[in-house]
Amino acid sequence: MGDNREITNFTALNSHRCVRMTRGGKIKTGADGKANLVIKITIIALLGLTIIGFLTFDYKDTNIFTAILDTFVNAGIMFGTPRLSHVSFSGAMEQLLVTFALATLATIFGAVIAFFASLLCAKNIANPIVANVVKSFVAFVRAVPTILWVFIIAMSSGLGSIAAVVGLTFHSAGYLTKAYAESIEEMNEGAIEALKTSGASFWQIVLQAIMPSSIRYMVAWTFLRFEINFANALAVGAAAGAGGIGFELWMAGNQYHDLRELGFLTYIIVIAAVLLEVIATKVKEKAG
Amino acid sequence: MFGNRTKTAKLNGRESVFVKRKRTFTLIFVSFIALFLLSSLITDYNAIGGFLSLPKAFVWSIKNLVPNATSWPRVPLIFDNLVETALLSVAVTVCSAVCAFFFSLLGTRTMRVNPVVGRAVRIIAAFFRNIPDIVWALLLLFAFHQNILSGFFALFFATFGLLTRTFIETIDEISASCVEALHATGATNLQVVSQGIIPSSMATLISWILYMIETNVRNAVLIGILTGTGIGWLFDLFYKRGDWGAVSLVVLAVVILIIVIEMISTQIRKVIM
Repeated sequence: MGDNREITNFTALNSHRCVRMTRGGKIKTGADGKANLVIKITIIALLGLTIIGFLTFDYKDTNIFTAILDTFVNAGIMFGTPRLSHVSFSGAMEQLLVTFALATLATIFGAVIAFFASLLCAKNIANPIVANVVKSFVAFVRAVPTILWVFIIAMSSGLGSIAAVVGLTFHSAGYLTKAYAESIEEMNEGAIEALKTSGASFWQIVLQAIMPSSIRYMVAWTFLRFEINFANALAVGAAAGAGGIGFELWMAGNQYHDLRELGFLTYIIVIAAVLLEVIATKVKEKAG
Repeated sequence: MFGNRTKTAKLNGRESVFVKRKRTFTLIFVSFIALFLLSSLITDYNAIGGFLSLPKAFVWSIKNLVPNATSWPRVPLIFDNLVETALLSVAVTVCSAVCAFFFSLLGTRTMRVNPVVGRAVRIIAAFFRNIPDIVWALLLLFAFHQNILSGFFALFFATFGLLTRTFIETIDEISASCVEALHATGATNLQVVSQGIIPSSMATLISWILYMIETNVRNAVLIGILTGTGIGWLFDLFYKRGDWGAVSLVVLAVVILIIVIEMISTQIRKVIM
């Protein structure tokens, strides 16, 4: 879960589309045949797959209506009467801090690895062969879901903070490499060319041209990734038992069957997530 | 070199851009180190152990994470569960996209009934977005037990909250001028939606839906471990049995699925955007 928040940054890139333009800058008029056809086919295919899905799912003869009604009652208990009973408030806050710290470590490692990896795979500064190799490798790393990385590391190192941090780092590094490389690729070619012709070394180009122009995007992406990592650290704690407040959630829900505790922990998490978003926005504004 | 520049800067009576830049980088660097140390302390994380875990995991994976004779017969079972997870993520995304589209129309600046409704829509979207899907899954497990529907609704709520906000932003950004123009000609709301909003923002909305399908496949694997369905359940099963050959096949299947979905959506995006 969690990868969701990256969406915010996407939107900015896709704005001003009311007037469709060709590559040459001419305004497109009339029906854009191919695009419209592909949109139609995509919609029909997705609807078809959805129907096939609903027809083939194994519902295990659950009475859906009773289950939905029960869920409403349960949600009422959970959100209406939150209360901690198996874990103390200070214990819950401590676990929240652990989740934060896991996310922080994964973000820092991911950012450092991604910084160097992105220098190897940004089209405008890297060797094309190296760039392709690194990009394919990164695509593979990103394709394995975080939770599977955590389990894979846990097989050899045991379940604990190492498995959680290293597992979270894999996907973070893959994700940030792509984001950083894109922000480097977006920068002005002229600056790099000018430094190259004046005889600047690779690291001088990186420090004097790339870093200053891309650092804002990099900071923004890193914060976004931190928010994702917070959600992922929660999920990993719940599904893999890797500690933190996610594990407490799982204990409350699956072991103690205590809806009220689940509710209280949820409130703690939501407040923390909202605070995080506010802080991230502030920092991004400052960096911008 | 830097000293020289500082001098020039001081002559001008203000800080040089290079000094400022150097200070920013130092600040970022120091705060990284401080955060790293603090977090290591809180989580008992051992940096050396962390680095050593990589070669260990690598060697272990090469030795054990290899399909063997007993794991090949499991391919049909893995395939069935992979298809279930893939269909689940498509179904969830499509259902929440349809709901989110109509719901987001109430929240857009251009179409909303009135500012109060618009505000309410955003708050409801924020509610669904900020509660993690694992919380929904744990709540739904109480009534639905280990059933594909608990996964479905958990992912549905999270996706719905997210897509509602995204759709509001997209429609406001892309269609505002078309909508205004259509309203000015006296078009009805239905006409505005069908002639203004859908044609102008459909490509972007589809792009978001494709993106959410990718994300939801990953999420469905995780939720499946909790709700006992799909490829996540199968992974958990083989993992707990220590059937590493089968585990490797499951990982491979998930990787192939995600890469295929990514490739298809990249191709579609290339044409429609």
